[in-house]
Amino acid sequence: MSKPPLLSMRDVAKRYGATQALRGVGFTIERGQVRALIGENGAGKSTLMKVLAGVVPPDAGSMQVEGRPYTPRSPHDARMARVAMIHQELAIAPDLSVADNVLLGGEHARFGVTAKREQYAIARAALTRLGRDDLDPAARAGDLGLAEQQLVEIARALVADARVLIFDEPTSSLGERDASHLFRVVGELKAQGLGIVWISHFLEEVQRVADVFTVLRDGAVVDDGVMAGTSLQRIVASMAGRAVDAMFPKVPHAIGDPVLTVDGLSGVRAPRDVTLVLRRGEILGIAGLVGAGRSEFLRCMFGIDRVHSGRARRSDGRAVGVSPRASLRAGLGFVSEDRKSEGLALDLSIEDNLTLSHLRPFARAGVLATSRRRATATALAARLGVKTTGVTQPIGALSGGNQQKVALARLLHEGGDVWLLDEPTRGIDVGTKAEIWRLIGEHAASGGTIVVVSSYLPELLNVCDRIAVFCKGELRAVRPAHEWTQEAVLHVATGAEVAMSARSDA
Amino acid sequence: MNRVPRVILSTLAPFLGLVLVVLAFWAWGCVAKPDATFLTPFRMTLIAKQTAIVGMGALGMTLVIVSAGIDLAVGSLLALTSVVLALLLRAGVAAPFAVLATLGVGALAGAVNGLLVTRLKLVPFIVTLGTMLLFRGVAEQIASQQKIATEAPAWLSSLLDPPPAGAWPFVCTGVWIVVLLGVLVAFVLKNTVLGRHVVAVGSSEPTARLCGIAVDRVKVLVYTLCGLCIGIAGLFQFANLNRQGDPTGGSGLELEVIAAVVIGGGSLNGGRGSVLGSLIGALLMTTLRSGCVFAEVPDPIQKIVIGAIIVVAVALDQWRKRAA
Repeated sequence: MSKPPLLSMRDVAKRYGATQALRGVGFTIERGQVRALIGENGAGKSTLMKVLAGVVPPDAGSMQVEGRPYTPRSPHDARMARVAMIHQELAIAPDLSVADNVLLGGEHARFGVTAKREQYAIARAALTRLGRDDLDPAARAGDLGLAEQQLVEIARALVADARVLIFDEPTSSLGERDASHLFRVVGELKAQGLGIVWISHFLEEVQRVADVFTVLRDGAVVDDGVMAGTSLQRIVASMAGRAVDAMFPKVPHAIGDPVLTVDGLSGVRAPRDVTLVLRRGEILGIAGLVGAGRSEFLRCMFGIDRVHSGRARRSDGRAVGVSPRASLRAGLGFVSEDRKSEGLALDLSIEDNLTLSHLRPFARAGVLATSRRRATATALAARLGVKTTGVTQPIGALSGGNQQKVALARLLHEGGDVWLLDEPTRGIDVGTKAEIWRLIGEHAASGGTIVVVSSYLPELLNVCDRIAVFCKGELRAVRPAHEWTQEAVLHVATGAEVAMSARSDA
Repeated sequence: MNRVPRVILSTLAPFLGLVLVVLAFWAWGCVAKPDATFLTPFRMTLIAKQTAIVGMGALGMTLVIVSAGIDLAVGSLLALTSVVLALLLRAGVAAPFAVLATLGVGALAGAVNGLLVTRLKLVPFIVTLGTMLLFRGVAEQIASQQKIATEAPAWLSSLLDPPPAGAWPFVCTGVWIVVLLGVLVAFVLKNTVLGRHVVAVGSSEPTARLCGIAVDRVKVLVYTLCGLCIGIAGLFQFANLNRQGDPTGGSGLELEVIAAVVIGGGSLNGGRGSVLGSLIGALLMTTLRSGCVFAEVPDPIQKIVIGAIIVVAVALDQWRKRAA
């Protein structure tokens, strides 16, 4: 006899306005199986997840859980059908206790009065299954770390007797140790017969966790198979729809005269006493561990963080680093590593975000020529291939990669020649990464200068002309990129101590 | 057990504030008015009366604020309920029925707030800003813009009258009602499913929705209970005004009540609030007002002082949130 699969999905389609987000998607999950859902931003993963979790209904197709039709109309419906989602932005009521959170909506009570002892016991039992019997059920959930809050949410699903768990980018805000613990927890849950959908950008992680995988592209399944024995190259190729021989496309560019001189620049805490000359047509990579002062260096140059001593100035004498306003006038542009709260105004439209820092070309006596502004924004969005229904769409509705493209389009619109980019490719998919690197290369080819901070060494080594390594706020070494190796960078970044086994190859 | 300090801290702070206010006026009295003292039995009675009204409002407001809502209409509703009571009594309705009807009007008005917030998906601030004017207008209309004086049985008109000095039950019935209801509300918030759902809605509405909590029903209920509390406060107001319903009364009460809750540890972002803290906050607000009268602070200056205290209290709320 063959049991029906735990969860099956067949021919699911969903359309948003003009965008066909899902076209005929189908897969199954067996008991004790982890299925990775892979795809670039905008490939349809989020929509698929929402359909699975009951947030949006599909236009067509069918789903079954343990052989029974599954048509959730709300996340709560899904939960009742034993399908629970673990959100990237965790769904925790911070002011309630751990136990209250675990049992929220399914309280054990007599005449409306909660049975505290019983609730604590249930919560503790669920946390024990997750390997954390040390968590106090009475603790306030908001006082816990992110990893623990995530476990509370998983515990809630367990108490509701979930059979299928959907993890959305579960490790994106976890450190290495917490992530490892989560992998063990997932192993346990597998062993207990649960089915798991795992959505992640980190392919190495997917390889470690998943048994089977499904690759989505443009809303359709383009690849599907068993993880073991499948190469990452194959997955990347099917994600991108092309062989990614050039993950870091190089655009030929020539290095010219100095354009900006940094002389003994120090911030309040970091950086410390940085001296550097930037040249026309140059891509300078900044490497270093987290907290080494890399971001602070960019922020001081742009004038967001206060400069303590020293100075930076353009070759024509214009001062830089006094204020963002002055830096913009001196031809600098900055992309923040914190896209969501600093880099972009998520409630505003694409055109607002794109043009906000430089409205003068559209203004006459303070009045905006809206049609001209829209035309400019539309042209720039099209040039960068931003996937959108129109530039009046709120930028919060776009995927991360598309949001980042808008952030870069803003620099193009500003027209400055020196770009300061802080982790421009973090959290975005392979295809968009390549597009962003090409854009950076093209800017250098047209005589621009780029300073780019990244924690991902392979991309710096492949794309940059020179790499500067920071350690403890100081600029320790600057050399041409071809003179660096990953080990050499780490050696300097860790302060000449024995090269640690950081995620250098991640 | 790291919850204990938090609880102590959140009630200790308003309590310290209260002690500070009392000490300040007492000290001022010693210097400027050597022949008078601040805490005379008379003044304490007065403070108790006022606190019964503000405290009753603060009980309802605590529920609303914990659920991340706000109710600006409580001052107008206080006027409306006291007018309704006076009109019913004057029309010859038996007192118990008049009282029940008054409580019903309070609850109904609260339910209207709740339904507007949930059905029309409007921001509570705007909804209750509207109903604040609306309730005031209704009160003035049905009272023909007059104070309504009437007769009432002693048990109703003496709700805020103090017992003979030093004799059981020491303070007026109204204060006891507030204390008993305070214990009840605190228990409900902490130990019942409803209470936990109120906190959950205020703490993270998406999470509450996800967990299948009937968010809208919880909100309507919270505003209804707040309205009910104001109905009870309306009885007090009627008694306090010597058996009168005053359509212009209670203006500014909403700010005092909100300030009491925030001073008592409530967060305007929802999820946090303490019944005990709110009641201490109410006592602080009325003591402050009474003290200003004692210190012969002119009315405009009183307004400036109380306004400044409200701003400071909200600033404290922000600071506490950042510190947490």
